[in-house]
Amino acid sequence: MSATFVGMPPFPTAARQALADTQLRHNLAHATGTIRAKRAKVVGEVEHWEDLRLAGAAVKARALADLETNLVRLEESLTAQGATVHWARDAAEACEVVARVARSHDVDEVVKVKSMATQEIELNEALQAQGIAAWETDLAELIVQLGDDLPSHILVPAIHRNRAEIREIFRSKMSAAGKPAPDDLTDEPAVLAGAARQHLREKFLRAKVAVSGANFAVAETGTLVVVESEGNGRMCLTLPEVLISVVGIEKVVPTFAELDPLLRLLPRSSTGERMNPYTSMWTGVTPGDGPQEVHVVLVDNGRTRALADEVGRQALRCIRCSACLNVCPVYERTGGHAYGSVYPGPIGAILNPLMRGQGDPQVDSLPYASSLCGACFEVCPVRIDIPEVLVHLRSKVVDAHREDRVPKAEAVAMKGTAWAFTDARRLAAGERLSGLAGRVLTRVGKARLPGGRATAGRLPGPGAAWTGARDLPAPPRESFRAWWRRTDGGRAEGPEQSEQKGGE
Amino acid sequence: MKVALMVTCVNDAMFPDTGKAVVRLLRRLGVDVEFPDGQTCCAQPMVNTGYLDEAVPVVRNYVDAFAGYDAVVTPSGSCAGSARHQHGLVARRSGDPAMERAVAAAPPTYELTEFLVDVLGVTDVGAYFPHRVTYHPTCHSLRMLGVGDRPRQLLENVRGLRLAELPGAAECCGFGGTFAVKNAETSVAMGSDKARHVRETGAEVLVAGDNSCLMHIGGLLSRQQAGVRVMHLAEVLAATEDDAEQVPTEQPADLAAQQSAGRTDAIQHGLEQGATS
Ligand code: SF4
Repeated sequence: MSATFVGMPPFPTAARQALADTQLRHNLAHATGTIRAKRAKVVGEVEHWEDLRLAGAAVKARALADLETNLVRLEESLTAQGATVHWARDAAEACEVVARVARSHDVDEVVKVKSMATQEIELNEALQAQGIAAWETDLAELIVQLGDDLPSHILVPAIHRNRAEIREIFRSKMSAAGKPAPDDLTDEPAVLAGAARQHLREKFLRAKVAVSGANFAVAETGTLVVVESEGNGRMCLTLPEVLISVVGIEKVVPTFAELDPLLRLLPRSSTGERMNPYTSMWTGVTPGDGPQEVHVVLVDNGRTRALADEVGRQALRCIRCSACLNVCPVYERTGGHAYGSVYPGPIGAILNPLMRGQGDPQVDSLPYASSLCGACFEVCPVRIDIPEVLVHLRSKVVDAHREDRVPKAEAVAMKGTAWAFTDARRLAAGERLSGLAGRVLTRVGKARLPGGRATAGRLPGPGAAWTGARDLPAPPRESFRAWWRRTDGGRAEGPEQSEQKGGE
Repeated sequence: MKVALMVTCVNDAMFPDTGKAVVRLLRRLGVDVEFPDGQTCCAQPMVNTGYLDEAVPVVRNYVDAFAGYDAVVTPSGSCAGSARHQHGLVARRSGDPAMERAVAAAPPTYELTEFLVDVLGVTDVGAYFPHRVTYHPTCHSLRMLGVGDRPRQLLENVRGLRLAELPGAAECCGFGGTFAVKNAETSVAMGSDKARHVRETGAEVLVAGDNSCLMHIGGLLSRQQAGVRVMHLAEVLAATEDDAEQVPTEQPADLAAQQSAGRTDAIQHGLEQGATS
């Protein structure tokens, strides 16, 4: 378990490597295409989906607008129900709380429910450093863990793997972690799931301490909610004696009734199911039933920084459904690892910079990892306007570099372009120059675009990023502006001078 | 109604025929469109790359150039989206209340098909274009403006035009402004899939409402020697029987000769692997 996102290169570099991985491209196109279609079908069944989205967004917005009150209330409710509440400012504090509780029970292993918060704080690595093994029990997390791999999707962390690869991981890695895979293991999904079930069962039955996250935490009642598909979560939440839940502070929901829209939005957006198979709720300690020692670790780790950003704070509404990943054309081609975080895809491209701030070149590259096509906003069940936040975060990256002694080439180019665009006369002068280039290229160049127009050929320098794979039309001999002036808007038109008609 | 054409910086400098087509089309429909020559750009390149301070004077220039008109019409969904959804943001950034007021009071900017269908109330513009065409609904038209089926209604009324359904039409082509060069490999990977879908339709012409997207997809199709040309929707709608014989229907012979299936496939394969040079 040495895999880590630390030291990942900026997105364009990481993406270049991922794009060359044909197996990855194939696995992802297939997986995202399938789940996209499933989601579209079950969302289409809901008559007032847009109203539901608005309601879900409103619940989360209310919770965040008065986060402090809601959190204090959550703590009171939990404490009254026999749970112990811990506050953690950052990942290190949160990991230390979990390790301390585990140590107090003298265990050398814990079982885990799939949880993004524990991935984010790198809990498994922190526990391992203290001699405590953390076993993932979600099938996809298990695949990632056994494969010494990194998660590449919020919901399906092993989405980049296909069945043949999973079989190979189970065959070669299961024995070192516990019950080995059967000798006759095939790559049938049911057979693979069966092997995982056998492997995990002995861990469920043995474990004294479980670690979970929570999808929602109700301030009013102190109820924590975990939504899942496989039932492994239910096992972890009920069998062990001690339960430690690591919960981001943005998971709080004011009242129990307000779970309503969220629990309806989540499964359809996430797995494309009308309802998820397991919804587990627990409220502190119930004597004689389930874990008798319950801890809740409320984690900030950058969330208050995100909350302070007026445009960006809407990202904290995220319910981690992963619909935005599945629909994202960039994610579909690069996969999740290129984002260098447990939060990949469109939500990762905004959440990481919001929680971590500007200054790290890898994090600063994320807001640019989008064509701003808007597909993410369209599917987001809590209406996070991801393109708006991306553009806002780009401006924060630019602003962070405004005092640089040596400005980036891009900054110089943008300033120059803006200068030309501030006065039409400057622009017209530039266009006369490009028209000259266009006349030369059209006369001497041989290459033609379909339809006959001349191309600009292969450009040097930054232009090569365009012409490496794409032809570029040669500039026209005359700009629109010049044509309008020469012909009085076509009213005094001489012979037509269409570019599409090719050479002179 | 005083109507101004916002031709866009890309069309002005690179695709003047699109601007001319809008002028021809609108005049045919009885609109005496004007070209305020103080105009430059909608400031989207600056805003979308994060240069908000730089965008302030460009938006000021936009507002000044179009002051006094009743409507602004532009052959670009992306630029219309920028005017409608980003100028307010830039004005707030300026910290100048007068600029905020000026932006709020600016005439509405319509994308061409919105102007035709909603403002003029026409779906049959009297066009003639006897070619097999497929249509890519660009992201900003589709999702930011919500132009819906307006372009389709207009195309279906073009005489002689056969419209082929584009598979995966709603998916982004990968242009994305500076994304096309900042993340060139990913952009090309997205564009290659779009180009493949276009080729699958068997269309001769790919039509869209944004020349920047067409420049990207068209650049790929051209490099692949795919034998598909790209054309702005305005040029299709402006075409009539009178200029039918002027529209090139064949490629120059030298291109056709180079174009063998094997070569096209090899290049396509290379592109899909992300090899960009
Ligand atoms: S941002 Fe929206 S779509 Fe993406 S994971 Fe979060 S809730 Fe889901």
